[in-house]
Amino acid sequence: MTALTELTMTQALAGLAKGSFSARELAEAHLAVMERHRGLNAFITETPEKALAMAGESDARRKRGEVGLLEGIPLGIKDLFCTEGVLTTAGSHILDGFKPPYESTVTAKLWQAGAAMLGKLNMDEFAMGSSNTTSYHGNVKNPWTRRGDNRDLVPGGSSGGSAAAVAARMAMAATGTDTGGSIRQPAAFCGLVGIKPTYGRCSRWGIVAFASSLDQAGPLARSVEDAALMLQVMAGHDPKDSTSVDLPVPDYRAGLGAGVKGLRIGIPREYRMDGMAAEIGALWAKGAEWLKAAGAEIVDISLPHTKYALPTYYIIAPAEASSNLARYDGVRFGLRVPGGSLDEMYENTRAAGFGAEVKRRVLIGTYVLSAGYYDAYYLKAQRLRSLILGDFTKAFEKVDAILTPATPTPAFAVGERMDDPIAMYLNDVFTVPVNLAGLPGISVPAGLSEDGLPLGLQLLGRAFDEATLFRTARTIEEAAGFTAKAAGI
Amino acid sequence: MSDYIEGHNGPWEIVLGLEVHAQVISKAKLFSGAATEFGAEPNSQVSFVDAAFPGMLPVINRFCVEQAVKTGLGLNAQINHRSVFDRKNYFYADLPAGYQISQFLQPIVGKGVIVIDLPDGRSREVGITRLHLEQDAGKSLHDQHPTKTYVDLNRSGVALMEIVSEPDMRSSEEAAAYLRKLRSILRYLGTCDGNMEEGSLRCDVNVSVRRPGEGLGTRCEIKNVNSIRYVQQAIEYEARRQIEVIEEGGKIRQETRLFDAGRGVTRTMRSKEDSHDYRYFPDPDLLPLDLDPAWVQRLKTTLPELPDAKKARFMADFGLSPYDAGVLVADQETAHFYETVAKGRDAKLAANWLISELFGALNKAGVDIANSPVSAAALGGLVDLIADNTISGRIAKDVFAEMVETGKDAAAIVEAKGLRQVTDTGAIDAAIDKVLVQHADKLAEYRSGKEKLFGFFIGQVMKATAGKANPAMLNDLLKKKLAG
Amino acid sequence: MSLDRAAVRHIATLARIRVSDQEADALVGDLGKILAWVEQLGEVDTAGVEPMASVVARKLPQRADEVTDGNIRDRLLANAPEPAMGFFTVPKVVE
Repeated sequence: MTALTELTMTQALAGLAKGSFSARELAEAHLAVMERHRGLNAFITETPEKALAMAGESDARRKRGEVGLLEGIPLGIKDLFCTEGVLTTAGSHILDGFKPPYESTVTAKLWQAGAAMLGKLNMDEFAMGSSNTTSYHGNVKNPWTRRGDNRDLVPGGSSGGSAAAVAARMAMAATGTDTGGSIRQPAAFCGLVGIKPTYGRCSRWGIVAFASSLDQAGPLARSVEDAALMLQVMAGHDPKDSTSVDLPVPDYRAGLGAGVKGLRIGIPREYRMDGMAAEIGALWAKGAEWLKAAGAEIVDISLPHTKYALPTYYIIAPAEASSNLARYDGVRFGLRVPGGSLDEMYENTRAAGFGAEVKRRVLIGTYVLSAGYYDAYYLKAQRLRSLILGDFTKAFEKVDAILTPATPTPAFAVGERMDDPIAMYLNDVFTVPVNLAGLPGISVPAGLSEDGLPLGLQLLGRAFDEATLFRTARTIEEAAGFTAKAAGI
Repeated sequence: MSDYIEGHNGPWEIVLGLEVHAQVISKAKLFSGAATEFGAEPNSQVSFVDAAFPGMLPVINRFCVEQAVKTGLGLNAQINHRSVFDRKNYFYADLPAGYQISQFLQPIVGKGVIVIDLPDGRSREVGITRLHLEQDAGKSLHDQHPTKTYVDLNRSGVALMEIVSEPDMRSSEEAAAYLRKLRSILRYLGTCDGNMEEGSLRCDVNVSVRRPGEGLGTRCEIKNVNSIRYVQQAIEYEARRQIEVIEEGGKIRQETRLFDAGRGVTRTMRSKEDSHDYRYFPDPDLLPLDLDPAWVQRLKTTLPELPDAKKARFMADFGLSPYDAGVLVADQETAHFYETVAKGRDAKLAANWLISELFGALNKAGVDIANSPVSAAALGGLVDLIADNTISGRIAKDVFAEMVETGKDAAAIVEAKGLRQVTDTGAIDAAIDKVLVQHADKLAEYRSGKEKLFGFFIGQVMKATAGKANPAMLNDLLKKKLAG
Repeated sequence: MSLDRAAVRHIATLARIRVSDQEADALVGDLGKILAWVEQLGEVDTAGVEPMASVVARKLPQRADEVTDGNIRDRLLANAPEPAMGFFTVPKVVE
C-alpha cells in the first residue's frame, strides 16, 4: 500500500472520497514526515495543532456531505502569505513576531476549499533570491543531492521551502510566489511542477509585496493535475486588489488530456545561451521531439529583446521593492531597534532587520528612482518592458505556446554561483521575461542531469491561457515519465 | 494698479502663489473603506490599508473621483481624461507606508481660473495651475509625552484635493480674497466644507519679492497656515523679511517655513531642512484613471449655480450693488435665504435687512444662517409690514429684536404691542400742535432762525406717539405747520 | 556609472538604512557592478516606445463610497512594538 505521503493530491482526494483514510490520518502522516526531515529547514513555523484541527473539521464536513475541491488536503504555505494569527515573517528578521490580523485572499480560498495548513514555509528574505540562502531563518536544503556527493544543494528560490517541502513529501502541495522565477526555478531544482499564472489571475491581497507589478501567487505540486487543481482554487477576481482581473476561472483539469495535436510550439532562438550546459540543451531538444511526436508543430521564433530582460527586471523589481519595503520601519509591527530620534530608530531598525541582499536591492531601487536617474533607468526599463511584451505578442501570432529550459543549470551547491550578485541573478534568465510581460509560465520536470538532479522544461503562454500550458505540460509529463524521488525521502 | 511695498530704496512687488489642501467630503477614504468623520477616537477610523500593513492594497473611491472632477469644473478648469497616481516616497511617523499616493506628472485636473473680489469692489482673475487627488497623512501629537510622539492614523488616507494657483497674486488682500472665493466655490459644490479651524482646508503660501518689472525672486514656502487672517499676517511678515534681507545685501535661501501665530513671524521648519527627493513613480498597485468624457459632461450639468453666476444674477434681477450681491452670495445658505426673502418683495430692502440687521444678530448669537432664530419667511413677513407702511423702519428694528428673542412672527408682535404706525394725518397734526404749544418758547426760537430745533420737534412728537408716527408724514406735516 | 561612498551614504539616508563604513565600501563595489551591468539597456533604441503603464490592460476598478472598514483599534495595535493609550508611539519628533 502506498504510503499516504506518496500519493498525489488527486489520488488522496479519491482515497478520502472512498473512505480509505481520513483527513486526520493524512495530516498525521505528513506531520510525521515533517519531523523526519526537519533538517531540510523547509518550515519556519510548523502548525501541527492547526493542521489536525483543520483536518478534523474537514472530516466532519465530509460526513455532512460538504466536499470542497481540496477537502482534507494538507498544504504548506510560503511565509510570504499573511495567515491570520499565525507568525508570518517573509523570511525576514524585521517581521519578528508579526501575527497578521487578517488572512490573504489566496490562502482563504484554500481553506474555504477544505484544505489544512501544515505550516509556513521558508523562503528567501522578502522573496529576493534564487537559492533560499538569504532567509533570516537559515538556508533550506534541497532534498536532492548529486550522485556520489553529499554537499548540500540549494532548492532554488525564493520559494525554496515550498519546493523542498513538496519534494520531500512533507506537504502534498504548497503555495509559492513568482516575481522573476521564484516558483518555476525551485520547482525545476526539486523535480516539481510549478506555475506562475498570468499577472492578475490570483489576488495579491494579503501577500507581502515585493515588486507589485511582477508578483504572482501560484502552486508547486508533484503533478500537472495537482498544480491545475491548486490553481483552480487559488485563482479568481478579488475586488480588494485593483490589479486583480475579473475573468471567470476555467476548470483547469477539464482539458488536461486534450493533448497537443495541432498546437504550434515556439522555440525561441535567443534562449540558447552561452554557458548553457549541454545536457540542458539536449533536454530542450528532447522536449521539442516529444511534443512533435504528440502532434504539435515546432516553430522557430525570435524574442529579440530577451537578453535585456534580466537587467530590465533588476531595475524595476528593486525600484518597486524599495517603495514597498518602506513600511518596515519599527512603528506598527515587527522588529523595533530603539534610537534617539525617529530617523535613528528607522535607520537602526532597518539596518538590523534587513539582510544584505534586501539592503542591496532596496538601495539600487532607491537609486534608480532618485532625482536625475529616473529617466535613464526606471523609465528606460519600462520602455524595454513594452518591447519585451511586444516580442511575445508578435510570437503568439505564430505559436500557441513557447518551449524553453526552466533553468540554465541544475541545483547548485551552497557557495557555488554566489560570489557576486550578478551570477546569482543569471539563475532567472529563462524565467524573468514572462514576469515582465505579465504572461503565464509553467515548469515541469522532464529529466535528470548527469549527477542525478532534476531538470525542468518551461512552457510560456498567452495571457489567461493557462489551459494550453497545462495540457502541453501534461504531454511532456507523460512523455518524460519523471518518477524519480530524492534519495532518502 | 500697484500694491507695492516701499522698501528703503524703492518699491517692491510681492509675488504670491497658494497651494491649498482641501479635504474631500465623502463617507469613506480615498483608497480604503474607513470613515472620514472629524473628531473620532484615535485610531478608530483606520483600516489595515490606511495603516500600511503587509500585503494591503488600495482601491479607489469613485465618489472622491467625482468630487475632484466637480471641483475642477467649478474652477473652470480642464479635466484630464487620463490621469495617473504616483507614489511620493518619504519617511515620517504619520505616513505609515513610507509613501503617499498622490498625482505627479498627470493630475486629474489641469489649468483653470477663478475670479476674486477685492474689498474695494474690484475683481480680477487668478489662474489655477492644477488640481490633483492625494491621500492625507495621519496626525502626530508631540505634546502627549516627554520623549514620545503619539501617532493617530484616523486621518491617514482621507482624500485631499491639492489645488495649486498660478503665482498671480500681488498682495495679502488678494490672497485672502482668493481663499474666500475658493472656499465659497468648494462649499457651493459640496466637495469640501472649507473649515480651516478643523483642518479640512489648509494653505501653503509661496512668497517671493522682486523689483517691479524684474523676473521672479527666490521663493519661500510657508506651510500649513490655518486661517485667512494668519495667511495675511504671514505674507506681510515674510515679504518684509525678504525685502530686509535683500536690501541689506543678502540672498533669500529657498526654504520651507512655518508661521508662528503667537509671535506673528515665520521661521525655518527644522524637519524640512534637507531637500526631499520624493522619487515619484506610478503606483504599480493601481492603473491609470480614465474618465468617460460623456460622464464628465453629464456631471457638468449637475453643478449648482456657483457664486459668480449667482452674483451676476442678483445684480441683474434684484438690482443689487456688486458689494451687496457679493456679500449675499459668499455663502450658499445665505444666498438661498436671501432669495426666499426677496422673492416678490423689495429686493433692496430685503438685502439691507439681511446685511445690516440679520448678520449682526447671527454674529451676536453665535449661530450660522442655517440655525437663524428668524426664518426667511419670518423676515419676509417683517419686510412686508414695512413695505405696506404698517410700521416704520425705526419700529421694525425693535420688532426684529423681539422676533430674534421670542421667535414670534412680526405681525403678532406688532398687534400685541400695538406698534402700528400712525399714518392718520389728523392724529399727527394733533400731536404736533400739542408739542408746539408745550414748547412755545422753542417755537419762538425756531421762528427767529434756530432751524436746528426742527429735529427737536420731530423727537418730541415721536416720543408723544411712542415712536409710531410715520416719519415721512411727520416730516411733511411739521414742515407745513412751521411754515404756515 | 560609478558610485562613490558619498553617493552610497546619500541613498542609504534616503532609504533610512544605517550603513557602516565597511558596508558602504562593500556597497560601492556591489551596487557599482549592478549599475554597470544594467547600463546595457542603453544599447536599445527606445525612441517612440511608451513605457508600460500597467501590465493589466483594464480600467481602474472603483469602489462605492461606503464605510466598510475601521473600528479595529485593538487588532490594529496588537502587533505594535510600543503602543500607548490607543496610539502608536515613536521617539519624539521636534518640528
